[in-house]
Amino acid sequence: MDYSAPPITNTPPPATGSVSGKAVRPGDRIFLGLSRGSGIALLVIMAAIGAFLTYRSVLAISGDKANFFTTLDWNAAGLEPKFGIAVLAFGTVVSSVVAMLIAVPVAVGIALFISHYAPRKLASPLGYVIDLLAAVPSIVYGLWGALFLVPHLGGLYSWLNDYLGWTGIFSYSNGAARSLFTVGILLAIMILPIVTSVSREVFLQVPKMHEEAALALGATRWEVIRMSVLPFGRSGVISASMLGLGRALGETMAVATVLSPSFLIGSSLLDPGGGTFAQNIASKFSEADTFGQNALIASGLVLFVITLLVNGAARLIIARRKEYSGAAA
Amino acid sequence: MSVTTSHRHRRVAESRSAVSLQQARLPRWTPPVLALVAVGAGCGIGLGAGLDSTIQWGLIAALVFIFGTYALTAAVEGARQAKDRLATSMVWIAFLLAVVPLASLLWETVARGSKVLDGYFLSHSMGTLPDAMPGGGIYHAIIGTLEQVGLATLIAAPIGLLTAIYLVEYGRGKLARVVTFFVDVMTGIPSIVAGLFILSVWILILGFGPSGFAGSMALAILMMPVVVRSTEEMLKLVPNELREASLALGVPKWRTILKVVLPTSIGGITTGVMLAIARITGETAPVLLLVWGAKTINNNPFEGAQQSLPLYVFQQWQQGSDASYDRAWAAALVLIAFVMILNLVARGIARWKAPKH
Amino acid sequence: MAKRIDVSGLNAYYGAHKAIDDISMTIEPRSVTAFIGPSGCGKSTFLRTLNRMHEVTPGGRVEGKVMLDDENLYGSGVDPVAVRRTVGMVFQRPNPFPTMSIFDNVAAGLRLNGSYKKSRLKDIVEKSLIGANLWNEVKDRLNKPGSGLSGGQQQRLCIARAIAVEPQVLLMDEPCSALDPISTLAIEDLIGELKERFTIVIVTHNMQQAARVSDRTAFFNLAAVGKPGKLIEIDETERIFSNPSVQATEDYISGRFG
Repeated sequence: MDYSAPPITNTPPPATGSVSGKAVRPGDRIFLGLSRGSGIALLVIMAAIGAFLTYRSVLAISGDKANFFTTLDWNAAGLEPKFGIAVLAFGTVVSSVVAMLIAVPVAVGIALFISHYAPRKLASPLGYVIDLLAAVPSIVYGLWGALFLVPHLGGLYSWLNDYLGWTGIFSYSNGAARSLFTVGILLAIMILPIVTSVSREVFLQVPKMHEEAALALGATRWEVIRMSVLPFGRSGVISASMLGLGRALGETMAVATVLSPSFLIGSSLLDPGGGTFAQNIASKFSEADTFGQNALIASGLVLFVITLLVNGAARLIIARRKEYSGAAA
Repeated sequence: MSVTTSHRHRRVAESRSAVSLQQARLPRWTPPVLALVAVGAGCGIGLGAGLDSTIQWGLIAALVFIFGTYALTAAVEGARQAKDRLATSMVWIAFLLAVVPLASLLWETVARGSKVLDGYFLSHSMGTLPDAMPGGGIYHAIIGTLEQVGLATLIAAPIGLLTAIYLVEYGRGKLARVVTFFVDVMTGIPSIVAGLFILSVWILILGFGPSGFAGSMALAILMMPVVVRSTEEMLKLVPNELREASLALGVPKWRTILKVVLPTSIGGITTGVMLAIARITGETAPVLLLVWGAKTINNNPFEGAQQSLPLYVFQQWQQGSDASYDRAWAAALVLIAFVMILNLVARGIARWKAPKH
Repeated sequence: MAKRIDVSGLNAYYGAHKAIDDISMTIEPRSVTAFIGPSGCGKSTFLRTLNRMHEVTPGGRVEGKVMLDDENLYGSGVDPVAVRRTVGMVFQRPNPFPTMSIFDNVAAGLRLNGSYKKSRLKDIVEKSLIGANLWNEVKDRLNKPGSGLSGGQQQRLCIARAIAVEPQVLLMDEPCSALDPISTLAIEDLIGELKERFTIVIVTHNMQQAARVSDRTAFFNLAAVGKPGKLIEIDETERIFSNPSVQATEDYISGRFG
């Protein structure tokens, strides 16, 4: 690498002539103070987030006349507030799981397409476009989902109902397709770019010599991928998926525009109803009084903890991968 | 080794050496022709069975293509080649499966958004216009977004930058490890949770009303970890020899950082900050909780409700009339254009400033 | 089971750049042929054209004929995958599959070609590891990852993996350049044993090595940097090292350049 250094020869020599002594220059002290202070400020913010959300949540949960974790209702107003996160937890998990089931295989497919299948002239612009798509704001996905995707899914859902309706999960009664499953599809489309982008990076890092080892044994392209690329990229794909999952769990606007919410846990994923943490906060917020807002904050805290766990798991996997590749080198 | 195994082994070796290098292959035009057949079958079955969703047509075509390729290859080229072709067609279909919705998203936004997007739309607010009436514009939302994002950047960029400098240039001890860990944690905060935090402190406890600034604080929380991470990466790219060369000349550390390290990595740092700006520009949830949205122009971000572009899209969609849908698409188009331009410029800077090898 | 290779009029390209120019030679079965020459002379590129690995490199392209006995590797309808199964390869840096055990590494090629009974698979793996002089060192830890072995052991594991599928020809691309002298010696001994069964082609930077292990030696050179590499001469190793017929060969061997 060839970095051209800015001219430093005309910098005046240090003011202090002495070589001994540990006197730290004021400039150094100020600069260190500023940068360390910023780091500490960041910690204070994180601590404050945890503390205030917990404080508000305690206020809310102690005023809850029903079990906060199992109640299938959200009624935080009045003298007898009863609310619980069961429906929200169910909806959040289900829509995210649907999103992952759709997005991860497709994303791995696109990543492989870009890294190993597409003509070379196409590959790098494609990667670029995928990176750009990752930047499209979620509200735009929401708008598109509500006004374009939902009307196009009714036919597919009736079809699923005809053949798989007996399972109960895929029964559909011809309403608007504003269901948890639709949310899952939209979330899948939303997280595709980020999961693809990270997976592609990992696939491109597979050492050439591992691929050549497989090739020289007489492996077809798919066998090369199965023997060298996928084992090498597995942990990377997992952590990419976790990143995507973290986004899907916390997504607000795309869910709020597409879902027709209700406080019920239905057996069918295709019929409207259900809710997610973030969507419930956004839609209940404007009519909530202070206590109601505390209740929503409590549900937000639960969401926060869940996303922390998911992200933590992702970091752990990445860290293990680093150790592993270090040992193999 | 026993006689039998070596004997058997020889036989296998012989049988293999008889295997020819020649391999029956399908002609090169098979996949495209099969793809055409599959599309035809998808449309045919779709029309014949009266399926009204084009999504189904596409799924049928995909299935026909996958199974057709597999069966044909298995018959002509053998099982291993068939598996290879199966993987190839799956990968292609995954690609198409993803391209269709993403292209549709962009196409719909451009096609529907350009309907009411003109100079009037960009330079007027909603004012007292009834929701169902055509007309109105996004001037107030643009002002709001620029002010909120600008304030958020003013808060987050210096803190993020200095934190990154601390982590790379000074951080060795426990504090640095703790900060690194919590930067990771912070990256994962859902935007609505950041909004709830500011809500609970700024509005519920300190008693302030909604304002652009309240939104900026939540956006700053979302922006900080992104700036720290990208700046850290860039600073780590600066070779140590450069620092040592400067220190060896007797230049104090802080001047070395300001005059040598930062100028070397400034391109990458700018890119990181711009990408972070692009990310928070599209955030809706915290703005919904803290800025509330408004129909008229409010130039003061510290006092009273304001509008922002993403929130405008959401609220126009909520109105549910044709005129408001048109406005929502147009505003979405402006938003996408803004974010994309930021992205392109940022990546352009990264490429332009990248160290030449 | 070892076959003769007959190359005629072979050119190889990287995009528009011609890497080797008009090479013709015969490689005898059951013998070791060494390729020597200065860096960039195209000897590795030429080696990779012999099992159609060159075309895997982006922009890689080959013209000419490579006859394996009576079949042209570049004939129409020839499957490169089948070619690579017939012509095995060992690389410069040992490259066992990092996620597979020692056993699975050796069995990897066999498993591609169909299902074997477990006992058969065990026999072949054992035989290949014995053939690669590695069996005694690893027989107690066949289920441990291959990446845990030393560099020299890893390279012998890669040789075991290559011979497990019973190829006709074994190509070796500077197989010892990443190894210490003792491991190098082990590999050289092994090459001497393997030539009883395979046609072996080895690229090496080390002229003593070429002199030690090979029966015939080919000297490659290039006119200038950026020009394509050419075959200068190929002959009995003894002759090349004692009395080569071309001046450039003698200059290179006596260390006057390269």
